[in-house]
Amino acid sequence: MSAVAQTGVRRTGRGGALAGVWVVAAALFAVLPYVFSSGTGLTTMSLMAIMIIFALSYNMLLGQTGMLSFGHAVYYGLGGFLVVHAMNGITAAHLPVPLAVLPLVGGVAGLVFGVIFGSVSTRRGGTAFAMISLGLGELVGASALILRDFFGGEDGITTNRTKLLHVAGFNFGPQLQVYYLIAFWCLVCMMAMYALTRTPFGRICNAVRDNPERAAFIGYNTQSVRFIAFCLAGLFAGIAGGLTAINFEIMNAANVGAAPSGIVLLMTYIGGVGNFAGPVIGAVLITFLQVMLSDATEIWQLYLGILFIVMVSFAPGGIAGLIAMHAPVWRARLLHRLVPAYALALALGLVTFAGAALALEMAYRLSAGSEGGTAFRFLHVPLDAASAAPWSLAVLLAVPGFVAFRRVLPIVGNAWAATLAEARRGRGR
Amino acid sequence: MTVQALEIEALHKNFGRVPIIRGVDLAIAAGERHAVIGPNGAGKSTLFHLISGRFAPSSGHIRLHGADITGHAPYEINRRGLARSFQVTNIFPRLSVFENVRCAAMWAMGYRTSLWRAVDGLADLTARTEEVLEQINLIDRRDLPAGVLSYAEQRALEIGITIVGGGDVVLLDEPTAGMSRSETEHAVALIRKVTEGRTLVMVEHDMGVVFDLADRISVLVYGQIIASDTPERVRANPAVQEAYLGTAVAAPS
Repeated sequence: MSAVAQTGVRRTGRGGALAGVWVVAAALFAVLPYVFSSGTGLTTMSLMAIMIIFALSYNMLLGQTGMLSFGHAVYYGLGGFLVVHAMNGITAAHLPVPLAVLPLVGGVAGLVFGVIFGSVSTRRGGTAFAMISLGLGELVGASALILRDFFGGEDGITTNRTKLLHVAGFNFGPQLQVYYLIAFWCLVCMMAMYALTRTPFGRICNAVRDNPERAAFIGYNTQSVRFIAFCLAGLFAGIAGGLTAINFEIMNAANVGAAPSGIVLLMTYIGGVGNFAGPVIGAVLITFLQVMLSDATEIWQLYLGILFIVMVSFAPGGIAGLIAMHAPVWRARLLHRLVPAYALALALGLVTFAGAALALEMAYRLSAGSEGGTAFRFLHVPLDAASAAPWSLAVLLAVPGFVAFRRVLPIVGNAWAATLAEARRGRGR
Repeated sequence: MTVQALEIEALHKNFGRVPIIRGVDLAIAAGERHAVIGPNGAGKSTLFHLISGRFAPSSGHIRLHGADITGHAPYEINRRGLARSFQVTNIFPRLSVFENVRCAAMWAMGYRTSLWRAVDGLADLTARTEEVLEQINLIDRRDLPAGVLSYAEQRALEIGITIVGGGDVVLLDEPTAGMSRSETEHAVALIRKVTEGRTLVMVEHDMGVVFDLADRISVLVYGQIIASDTPERVRANPAVQEAYLGTAVAAPS
């Protein structure tokens, strides 16, 4: 009896904190355009919000249900294409439909294709599912280049978001209006996907992820649990795709291809699959890196790949996992103890990375594929990849930096172990 | 004639050309506590896998409360009221202890794969889960990931997952395997408590547990039941003594 009462109290407390989180999220969405008001800022944040939906929908499969998909962009891209065609059709027929509801068309498209392809791919879990998702991704990606009427080939299909019914004076010409539309849908989708994790369905997804065999012996048809999860993931991916169509006013074959399927995996994994916030962090970070790195260097995808490998190797819980790991230390107010060791490791890591990046950039300059000669700028310093000096610098940074970094790692490990032990002792007292 | 809780008729199972279950007939009445014993490799676990739907039999019939369940999928058999545990602990290691038990109760309590209800708001589900956590003595461990529990605690959780759903026929596959003497005593008391009013079928190697718990015992040797009777008569059965019990029973008595 008392246990039940306790649970009740805890539940209300958690509910209040949760409502607080959503209020803060809504306030952030509302205020951010005034903080980052530049054109780049607005387009980047619009893209981030779309990618948050996409990555969260992907994590319904990977993190929640244990299904590794290599073709999630199929539902995202098809949702986007359906929205582009719907927008053009509505404009041509002068139908009184406001732009704000168009993402639903993407969601329905994602759901319908999720039902169709999911009925094939979710019969088996594990490797079989992963392989079929890859095959379906290739199939749709190839079809996109063949079915030119629907997908518009490599040029894609364009649309005009301002031609739809204007409600309350919103014509969605300015990016700010589009941003708020995307932010609204992002918040709604985040709340919906979070709520889903708190339903009996969400819980049984976790059970199927952990141990599908046992789930069958407590009355669950694992095949239909996977199928429902897959359809719902398709629905939300379709909404993300629809928002992409509205944001860019164009969809092309690349949007259903392997690249976005890979990027969403990267985002979700780097952010952390074990935590609801993980994909959100991953979507924001990777979108930011994509925008910033692609301005700074032409081989930005290489750095993204390196980041992915580093995370998979050393932090399989992703960034959210790293943060969650530090929660006990944070609660014990001991985080400052870790700062010196972390700062030292970070500094040496950056030195190593700077040397390695310099070498990579020069190798790229010297390779036959790059145009524009061997002169380039690294951190705003003009250098020539054909000369010996910058190569020596790269080696002098990378090699001693790496050796020192390796030496410092045990120090970081010891500091962590000692601090964590003390945090736990403190809680015991 | 009353309908048996579990009825097995001329059951055969071959793996490739190797026969493992070679014609098993068995009837277990509702409310009975029935133990299946036999030497290693006799086919006890295979028999459980056939009954619970993990394997489909090569031939023969299995009826649960008179309804034919032969070759049905595990989830269908479970929904008809048969729950089982596993010899090798088979839990949800990353879910909390509480979540393990709650997930196992959800289907039977009618919440299935509901997309509309907040699972934490389902008072009857929470109450049932906590009731079983109390019974299996894991209420203090409720928020730990099941994977970090001790072996004996995981075995208790295994039983909790099995019985929380309200299946009225319970199959326990070596519930005390690998336990110390005191842990075994605790487990026997637990099994007795949680299977009250249900039909229990268990595979067990510990003869103390078998003779303590079972109303009837079946002896499985090379895929066939050579005796199925009360503990006293099974103990006295010369064929059983010769085939299996011989020294094992004689020694302690």
